[in-house]
Amino acid sequence: MSATDSGNIFQAKNLTYSYPGNIIALRDVNFTTSPGEILALVGANGSGKSTLLKLLDGLIFPTSGELIAFNKTLSEKSLKDGAFSKEFRRKVGLVFQDPDVQLFSSTVWDEVTFGPLQLGISNKEVISRGKEVLELLNIAHLGERPPYLLSGGEKKKVSLACVLSLHPQVLLLDEPTTGLDPWSQGNLIDFLLQWANKDKCLIFSTQDLDVVEEIANRVIVMGIDHTIIADGKPDEFLSDPDFLLRTNLVHEHSHRHKELIHRHFHMHEHQHH
Amino acid sequence: MKGESFLSKNISGFTHTLESVIMAEDLSKAPGLLQRLDPRVKVATFVLFIISVGLARSLWVLSIIFALVLILSFLSKISIGFFLKRILLFIPIFTAVIALPALFITPGSPLVTIASKVVITEQGARTAGLLFLRVTNSLSFGVLLILTTPWPNILVALRWFRMPSLIVDILSMTYRYIFLLLHNVNSMFLARRSRVIGSFSSGENRRWLTRTLATVMAKSQHLSGEVYLAMLSRGYQGEVRVLSDFKLKRRDILWMAFALLAIVSILLWGNRL
Repeated sequence: MSATDSGNIFQAKNLTYSYPGNIIALRDVNFTTSPGEILALVGANGSGKSTLLKLLDGLIFPTSGELIAFNKTLSEKSLKDGAFSKEFRRKVGLVFQDPDVQLFSSTVWDEVTFGPLQLGISNKEVISRGKEVLELLNIAHLGERPPYLLSGGEKKKVSLACVLSLHPQVLLLDEPTTGLDPWSQGNLIDFLLQWANKDKCLIFSTQDLDVVEEIANRVIVMGIDHTIIADGKPDEFLSDPDFLLRTNLVHEHSHRHKELIHRHFHMHEHQHH
Repeated sequence: MKGESFLSKNISGFTHTLESVIMAEDLSKAPGLLQRLDPRVKVATFVLFIISVGLARSLWVLSIIFALVLILSFLSKISIGFFLKRILLFIPIFTAVIALPALFITPGSPLVTIASKVVITEQGARTAGLLFLRVTNSLSFGVLLILTTPWPNILVALRWFRMPSLIVDILSMTYRYIFLLLHNVNSMFLARRSRVIGSFSSGENRRWLTRTLATVMAKSQHLSGEVYLAMLSRGYQGEVRVLSDFKLKRRDILWMAFALLAIVSILLWGNRL
């Protein structure tokens, strides 16, 4: 299983996903991803970014359409094949938006060793990987701590560490910078830039256009109608205020300075003081 | 403000529960006698102690065992006051229903007569005392094990003794997520308090409490689904594999020898009335 046969890691063909009650989350989504890409999924709340990441991680399956991963259709049936499932889980790692969902083990050490152990990697290698990722993210001192005693930033780091210990080729991150202070956010961005290379693929969802500008080399913009409304290089879109406004990625804000009405753009997560 | 004080008590109760567990985590890492032992040895010997206590019929032997428990607690850096508080809280729950009636309904020679009608017999007092001491000792061993062993190590020991993985995993996750849910409940209480100026009737408080519990239940159900996906994402295939790198040391062998001697003595002397 490699990405080299077709050059693609993922290939989404007319992907549609509905939650029970016929609530559409994704509609007719088409795209391909290749090694070396740092792909940002942006879009307003509820546009389907998190659902798409779960589909890419083979946790849920399309209602219609097809998702091909490493040249094989990703489905409940194909993941029942033990060898493919193991290889897929080893190659693709998802960092959930809510770290409390991801940190289910009793200690940080158990957490970072959980993935490699389930994939049948030898104990010696598991221990070596556990130590390696804790060092890499400067959290070796947290090893014995239970997850409920960690701060929000520490939880995010541990969530990332427990996926990195799989040595994935594809890293999926759901809103990785949400809830982080600017310093931790900067550290995370630096780390991701170091991690990415021509053989790896980083796909992350975000509403922070600054992060997109800093690290992404490709952007997919999801619309509130749950379709892809744009796919291309970040500077094609980020420098187009009309596009950003139209796609709800910024909002136009007006306020009064004495007699003068001042209008400017705001990103969603920023507050105006 | 009766209702509010009831809710306030709940808030402090939840917080206190969290704090006391965190404090217990510290105790389990203190440099005491029992903390230094291998968790598998501790679990095995403590279970045997509890069984032998259940078989003992001598009040004297049971009293000596309780003295031994207090000495072990002292040698494990647990203050006797803190330890007694922990067990005395539960003893009435387990014994009152059975031990109290036994005082009055067990036939035998009168020991004390109250108001010339109610008679406490010698055999009744003995039965109640026996029950009280057995429960106290069993509970003491259980509490001592939990206070001196980090929870993850207890789980590893249970796995080592081939307890079904499903049961151990449920125990592990319950412990992990009960804190998160307690935090949620705590926050909900505080959020409500911050919006209340006057007071509510106790009926209104009960209705609010019911709604809160329903919300927490729905949240926990959603959380369990997400946690399952997070486990799948890292290769979970129905059974959790864990690292176990405990090694028996000389002090473990010495403790086992002491514990086995004590247990055999209890079995030999404990049946002499």
